[in-house]
Amino acid sequence: MNYEPVIGLEFHAELSTDTKIYCSCKNEFGQEVNTSCCPVCTGMPGTLPVLNKKVVDYAIKAGLALNCSITRRSKQDRKNYFYPDLPKAYQVSQFDLPLCTDGWVEIEVDGVKKRIGITRIHIEEDAGKLIHAPLGNASLVDFNRCGVPLIEIVSEPDLRSAKEARAYMETLKTILSYIGVSDCKMEEGSLRCDINVSLRPEGQDEFGTRTEMKNVSTFSGGERAIEYEIARQTEILNAGGTIDQETRRWDDVKGENVLLRSKEEAHDYRYFPEPDLMPIVVDEEWIQSIRAELPELPGVKKARYLAEYGITDYEAGLIVDNKEMAHFYEECIALGANPKTVANWVLGDISRFLKDAEMSFGQIPFGADRLCALIKEIDGGAISGTAGKKVLSAMFETAKTPAELIEELGLKQISDTSALEALVEQVIAANPQSLDDYKNGKTRALGFLVGQCMKESRGKGNPQVINQLVLQRLEAYKNA
Amino acid sequence: MKITKEEILHVAQLARLRLSDAEMDELNMEGVIGFANQLSELNLDEVEPTNHVSDVYNVLRADEVKPSFDRDDILKNAPSKERGCVLVPKVVD
Repeated sequence: MNYEPVIGLEFHAELSTDTKIYCSCKNEFGQEVNTSCCPVCTGMPGTLPVLNKKVVDYAIKAGLALNCSITRRSKQDRKNYFYPDLPKAYQVSQFDLPLCTDGWVEIEVDGVKKRIGITRIHIEEDAGKLIHAPLGNASLVDFNRCGVPLIEIVSEPDLRSAKEARAYMETLKTILSYIGVSDCKMEEGSLRCDINVSLRPEGQDEFGTRTEMKNVSTFSGGERAIEYEIARQTEILNAGGTIDQETRRWDDVKGENVLLRSKEEAHDYRYFPEPDLMPIVVDEEWIQSIRAELPELPGVKKARYLAEYGITDYEAGLIVDNKEMAHFYEECIALGANPKTVANWVLGDISRFLKDAEMSFGQIPFGADRLCALIKEIDGGAISGTAGKKVLSAMFETAKTPAELIEELGLKQISDTSALEALVEQVIAANPQSLDDYKNGKTRALGFLVGQCMKESRGKGNPQVINQLVLQRLEAYKNA
Repeated sequence: MKITKEEILHVAQLARLRLSDAEMDELNMEGVIGFANQLSELNLDEVEPTNHVSDVYNVLRADEVKPSFDRDDILKNAPSKERGCVLVPKVVD
């Protein structure tokens, strides 16, 4: 039988506030263990948490960017469970009155657009970190992450494939990074996902029993985790079995998931209103002030690129997906550069250099004005495209301008016809066979001779000019 | 209201309490619940659900870093510590 997967995601993003959610300890990844802690975030008795306003601002911002309604009066609740990384034995979260509800986001898979519903977005605190190695039968606890603010974005079960789920995760990441509420660093665990998967026979309306998968911290891992779970459930159903509602843990290294908790062992969180934290009341003025801060979002930006810049859908998608690249790109265009040419540079050589140097687009050591200057040198015929790549490479090393580098590296192109004529004549004389070939109609000889001339000029000859000259000379010999 | 032994054990488990049989027998859970249940006799048809009794809302602070505590002070109450961390029995989950 054919089954249709039904997938929903709980997407957690750490917010990039300066301080934690309920105390003024610094919110920063990679600090020395247990040095960003105080009695509030370590859950000492008698302490009083006070909500960070910026957490509310950021959550509302995410809600507006994801087309949600903002709850005018929301509250915070305690979610109770015992775990060593949670010193209070409860996590402050939001239960029945989340800050944002009923939103949507548009994703695109293989050129097909689809709207995915957002059930809710709520604020909550992160837990600490357990360090398992290297002590045999003990674990270490670092409380630095306790109280780091999170938003949890819960989707409707609208996703139908691993590919769609991945596109959804990537879209959320791009949007959060555009609005600047999370640094979105996957390698630092800033984004994490729990994934719900169920199968139903094709054509059936009712959902099948779902499983929840924890511990997904990369998008490629998420895609593989879903594919694995779909295959696992399909196998069970095809063998006449039933799916148990359970929580499973994804192991990204082994590429498989294992049972974590059965339904019977499911947590009983006993949510209740957090008595130490007062309700959050959001008025229209607050919402409008945050709406006014929203930048142009990736979907709108991409549509604009396509309409205004004449680049391909694929190119526009790649540029827009990287906020910093998009910024640099737009700066170049504002300086008058050709959008298609700039797209080729940022997606081609610049991206390659950055990748080799393990740098992000925000770390480019030169400004948009320098790239524009380089493009002008090439367009004006001062240097060849190949020489341009050498100049670009040097721009990553020094702070010199393209003009200075062209001079210094001796890359100035020779476009002067009289200077190249002698060289062309010399090369043709040195390759009589090619001349004969050309006379006999083998036009490939032209390309070979142009190549030889380029070599002879050590790459400095203007290829268009050389091509023209060689052709003229060959035709002259042929007709002589 | 009848409270079964299983229900008591479940709640004890959630609170990580270990109860001996003698302690179980001594517990008058029905009495405790019955006492609290008097509240449900009130007619609340006209009353909005209340999460907080005071009218205070939006108690917020600015996002400004203040010094954290000294690590030695934070760990002072930990019964067992190692390498600047609290030491706990090995956790596998």
